[in-house]
Amino acid sequence: MFGKLTWDAIPWSQPIPLVAGSVVVLVVLAVLAWVVLKGYLPYLWREWITSVDHKRIGVMYTLLGLVMLLRGFIDAIMMRSQQAIAFRAAGYLPPEHYDQIFSAHGTIMIFFAAMPIIIGLMNFAVPLQLGVRDVAFPTLNSTSFWLTATGALLVNISLVIGEFARTGWLVYPPLSELPYSPGVGVDYYLWALLISGVGTLMTGINFVTTILKIRAPGMSYLRMTIFCWTALAANLLIVAAFPILTATLGMLALDRYLGFHFFTNDAGGNMMMFINLIWTWGHPEVYILVLPAFGIFSEVISTFSGKPLFNYRSMVAATMFICLVSYLVWMHHFFTMGAGADVNAFFGISTSIIAVGTGVKIYNWLFTMYGGRIRFTTPMLWSVGFLVTFTIGGMTGVLLAVPPADFLLHNSLFLVAHFHNVIIAGVIFAAFAGVTYWFPKAFGFKLDEGWGKAAFWLSLLGFYVVFVPLYVAGLLGMTRRLQHYDVAAWRPWVLVAGIGIIIMMAAAACQVVQFVVSIRRREQLRDETGDPWDGRSLEWATASPPPPFNFAVLPNVQGAEPYWGIKQRAIETQQLSAEPRYEPIEMPRNSPTGFITAFFSTLTGFALIWHIWWLVGLGLVAAYAVFVWFAWRDAVEYSIPAEEVARYDRERRRAREQWLAQHAGQPA
Amino acid sequence: MSSWAALLLKRHPLPWRTSAALILLLALSGCSGGVLDPQGPIGAANAKILLNALGIMLVIVVPTIIAILIFAWWFRASNPRARYRPDFVYSGAIEMVVWGIPILVIMFLGGVIWIGSHDLDPFKPISSPEKPVEVQVVSLDWKWLFIYPEQGVASVNELVVPAGVPVHFSLTSASVMNMFFVPQLGTMIATMNGMVTQLHLAADKPGEFYGQSAQYSGGGFSDMNFTVRAVPRDAFAQWVAGVRQSGSALDRSSYLALCQQSSNVRPFTYRAVDAGLFDAVVNQQLPPCPGPNIERAGATVRPRPER
Repeated sequence: MFGKLTWDAIPWSQPIPLVAGSVVVLVVLAVLAWVVLKGYLPYLWREWITSVDHKRIGVMYTLLGLVMLLRGFIDAIMMRSQQAIAFRAAGYLPPEHYDQIFSAHGTIMIFFAAMPIIIGLMNFAVPLQLGVRDVAFPTLNSTSFWLTATGALLVNISLVIGEFARTGWLVYPPLSELPYSPGVGVDYYLWALLISGVGTLMTGINFVTTILKIRAPGMSYLRMTIFCWTALAANLLIVAAFPILTATLGMLALDRYLGFHFFTNDAGGNMMMFINLIWTWGHPEVYILVLPAFGIFSEVISTFSGKPLFNYRSMVAATMFICLVSYLVWMHHFFTMGAGADVNAFFGISTSIIAVGTGVKIYNWLFTMYGGRIRFTTPMLWSVGFLVTFTIGGMTGVLLAVPPADFLLHNSLFLVAHFHNVIIAGVIFAAFAGVTYWFPKAFGFKLDEGWGKAAFWLSLLGFYVVFVPLYVAGLLGMTRRLQHYDVAAWRPWVLVAGIGIIIMMAAAACQVVQFVVSIRRREQLRDETGDPWDGRSLEWATASPPPPFNFAVLPNVQGAEPYWGIKQRAIETQQLSAEPRYEPIEMPRNSPTGFITAFFSTLTGFALIWHIWWLVGLGLVAAYAVFVWFAWRDAVEYSIPAEEVARYDRERRRAREQWLAQHAGQPA
Repeated sequence: MSSWAALLLKRHPLPWRTSAALILLLALSGCSGGVLDPQGPIGAANAKILLNALGIMLVIVVPTIIAILIFAWWFRASNPRARYRPDFVYSGAIEMVVWGIPILVIMFLGGVIWIGSHDLDPFKPISSPEKPVEVQVVSLDWKWLFIYPEQGVASVNELVVPAGVPVHFSLTSASVMNMFFVPQLGTMIATMNGMVTQLHLAADKPGEFYGQSAQYSGGGFSDMNFTVRAVPRDAFAQWVAGVRQSGSALDRSSYLALCQQSSNVRPFTYRAVDAGLFDAVVNQQLPPCPGPNIERAGATVRPRPER
């Protein structure tokens, strides 16, 4: 009836996961109870869960990512503290637990923290910057989000029911094959990623279509913001790379479930094929994350320097160059697997060539600041912190691209420090910069600057205190994923890194406090004008928060930085453009399709993990039925009457007129 | 800091190399035993390329970081002396420089990569008048088996080699992937079941070096380390002679017993080894071993006493 699932699947004898799991379950239940008792459930269902509005979906993605970031961070704290005490000692985490933690840390951080935050910010900002009402396929967008949430949920269920993979975050075979990992851990990994991977692929298709086909009148490619360009590049990469991930993990699932021999030791399997395939996805994945991050920094640096982005076309070229070359570098992840000198040299050189594109970007940001009038708000601080830190991370990356150097540093803590250097400084700093930058647009009030700046400085300090010692430990020969060690020379560096994680904890606390304080002080932090940062792109041309239809009338784009142009004309003529003729707007109806599909996908995934075959069938049929039911719908859209559109827009125009009056006579 | 770094400085008194070496000196003061303290020709060549590549990049990275900080500070909104130039958005000259400098650096570095990859290819024998010592390495769950086919002996978790003589390693794995790595001797290489990888290393002088697996391989991975003892040539011959006197013989059945998972195994030796054992493992005439499985016994953690 319940396949392999028994009461023993719950780790009764292991206090750490049991207590952690119970606390999480209790917190979730408490939140649910609060929501139900307060009567928020109908509101949540109507306005958020079934919403197909790209802004709402973007907010939910980002929230999911931030929560998972915290979850992955707790894993990081456990790993750092374990290593700090496990010098010639067993520490407090036995290997079977520790190995799950570092596997879960990597999986959660990449797939369920970094990806959702980046996709969330793209969801929120890209249609606004393009000057349109929504993405190409709004209901698909909602389904993408809920399938990602399914993956996150399955990974977290493994905390309390069963176990997670003990194989590292990329489940290298043959260790991840059935003979060597007979438990359900790898299955949790496989189905969480296979299901959320479908969601990510749909996001990719959705955004490529949106950016290529749906833009405001006059918004030619070379008038798009760099964030839209990087989003286009990232989503092209998703469309090309995620099917590889799905196929690779699918083959591993066939090995584990149906006795195939793609990657097994015996019967002609070859684990090197898995490693090649997973990295043909894995390296583009790095750029799927970091290209939109570059886009966010471009927006922030340009806005707060009070200048257009320097060498815009060069920036576009560098972005598309990186997009292309990122497919030619995957083998640098395993120079030490015994390929020949020609192959290693080719991939070493192609990897360092990517640094050209990144270098160009760094210089263009540098010269954007040159001659600017820089306002050091929190997003700008994150960006300057990024510029300095990422340059160092890029340098150590090129160092690892030199095969003879990699022969010494592969899989060492130097490597760990390198990729944290680029992912934290690149993606996580961008996430916080982006969240702070677009928060007033999404919610109508700014985040508190004091707590934001405290979080930035502590994060920056904490980052260096954690990862500089790890660079050194790597040079001293310390390899990654050690549950305990007995080389005395490594000890001091591991201890310093342990102190660093305490600083990072303070930074994380500041982030949380920042949100709480800002929500409590929202009246003082209110953004009335819709343009709190003196922005340049179209998202600032509408109210904060924007109405469901984004723009009362689609903007007519007449150049790069369209909103900056509109503002300049308004200041010159001392009046807003003439009031447009308002017309009713058709918007897509909300739909529970995504949520219900994801609900049944969760059941299917869980059933596959535990071999509950009847539930697998039920879940699949039901998930498919939801799609059929959705395809049969009668009413696709609803209409917002012209009066309501006018009411929204006149309110916004009033605020802008006030702003204009306050700034009368001022030069731009 | 080791002597070779000092040598490097003497030979190339270029300012950027000095600065690169100084930064590393600061970071590593009082520490040794890592990849920047090499004790053999391969490790020294690897480390030299590492430092050269670092030096090449620091030449542009350091000025870039300084420029970022200076620009950001000088052009702050509150600085009345900074000139606001909102129309400074394009410069052909700057564009040429920002594409040109990275391209030139990467062309230079590309040469280093191409030559370095070929010179330090793990397959490439070390040029030496001495005939290399053959060692066959099998990574087991969670220990290392070193077979000396010419001497007909084997050891577990301790690799004894003659100093000053090249060693040719042929490596495979009994079950899952591992990575053979002696930081002070240089280049690491993967071990995989059903496949053989090749590696050439040498130790300059007698000494003891830490060796480990650099590829996570399951629950007992943290204890999968070994000692490399480089000894004078005659001491190596004596060691072989001593090993032949005692211990048991390694044949197919004792290999199958050995390859059951166990961790923290104290070094021991075999007085004799079946001639075709390594090939039988590679060709899977001996099937892949049961491999790591935490549910089975043997994976408990016992801290090791000080070495």
